[in-house]
Amino acid sequence: MRDFLMNPWPWWFSGMIISSIMFLLIFFGKTFGLSSNFRTLCSIAGAGKKVKFFDFDWKSYRWNLVFLIGAVLGGFIAHHFLSETNTVVLADSTVQDLKVLGFEKPTSNQPSELFRLEAIFTLKGFLILAIGGLLVGFGTRYAGGCTSGHAITGLSSLQLPSLIAVIGFFIGGLIMTHFIFPLIF
Amino acid sequence: MKFIKFLILGAIFGIVMVKSEAISWYRIQEMFRFQSFHMYGIIGTSVILGVIGVSVIKKYKLKDTSGEPIVIPVKAKFYKSAILGGTIFGLGWALSGACPGPMVVSIGDGYLSFIIVVLFGLLGTYLYGYIREKLPH
Repeated sequence: MRDFLMNPWPWWFSGMIISSIMFLLIFFGKTFGLSSNFRTLCSIAGAGKKVKFFDFDWKSYRWNLVFLIGAVLGGFIAHHFLSETNTVVLADSTVQDLKVLGFEKPTSNQPSELFRLEAIFTLKGFLILAIGGLLVGFGTRYAGGCTSGHAITGLSSLQLPSLIAVIGFFIGGLIMTHFIFPLIF
Repeated sequence: MKFIKFLILGAIFGIVMVKSEAISWYRIQEMFRFQSFHMYGIIGTSVILGVIGVSVIKKYKLKDTSGEPIVIPVKAKFYKSAILGGTIFGLGWALSGACPGPMVVSIGDGYLSFIIVVLFGLLGTYLYGYIREKLPH
């Protein structure tokens, strides 16, 4: 049991928990969707004064902000109390492909080439983080949801817009990985 | 106190994102290169169980904890924005290796550089709101 929890969790176990979280939120009268928080936070910051899209009663979405804070806490708990090693055991073919692009074999959850703190202070490093965030933040609201809202909740309720959005997620991801990565790395 | 259950659920979500390695930039690369079943397994299991659960909720007209009938929110039937927005999202997902949930979880996991990703994510959402009326939906 202890070994099971301390080692990386298998996909089926993780999928079961994610699905359970979605259903618990549904039974609490809410819905599973992380990216709505971005809109709520813009509204709290006062964006509603200038842009109508952010002029709504954000207080009714406070529960989701609490969920978001919980998610950060969960990351902290998993890192400090539930992990003995953070090395991701990646498919050999991915390790090879990434090596060609200049990435070392994984020794933690994230590549230090992109996410070590010093990377923020180089132009390229900063731009990768900034543009990545910008595209996700823009795209998720334009599409009407993210992985949790569209791919999990939307597909679970067999909604066509969600299927189309998920196809879009993959079109974008494949273009970035296979056509843009070779140009920037 | 009424929010504590959401804090706990959020924490479980954060833990499972780290422990399943779904927050890992490497795993997202593996997924977009079709070189491992791992991410497909996570999302696939959630969706299959989700489909079963949602149909049970609908069939037996289950109620939520406050006694109200459960209504799964219906996504607006905008297909252009779904495909265009989805593609933009996917570009960012592959580049940063993170969607909105994993972005914030990674901060808790100790990768403070994700604060930049989240801040620009907020800016992206603001930009969308700002030019929303000019975009095809």
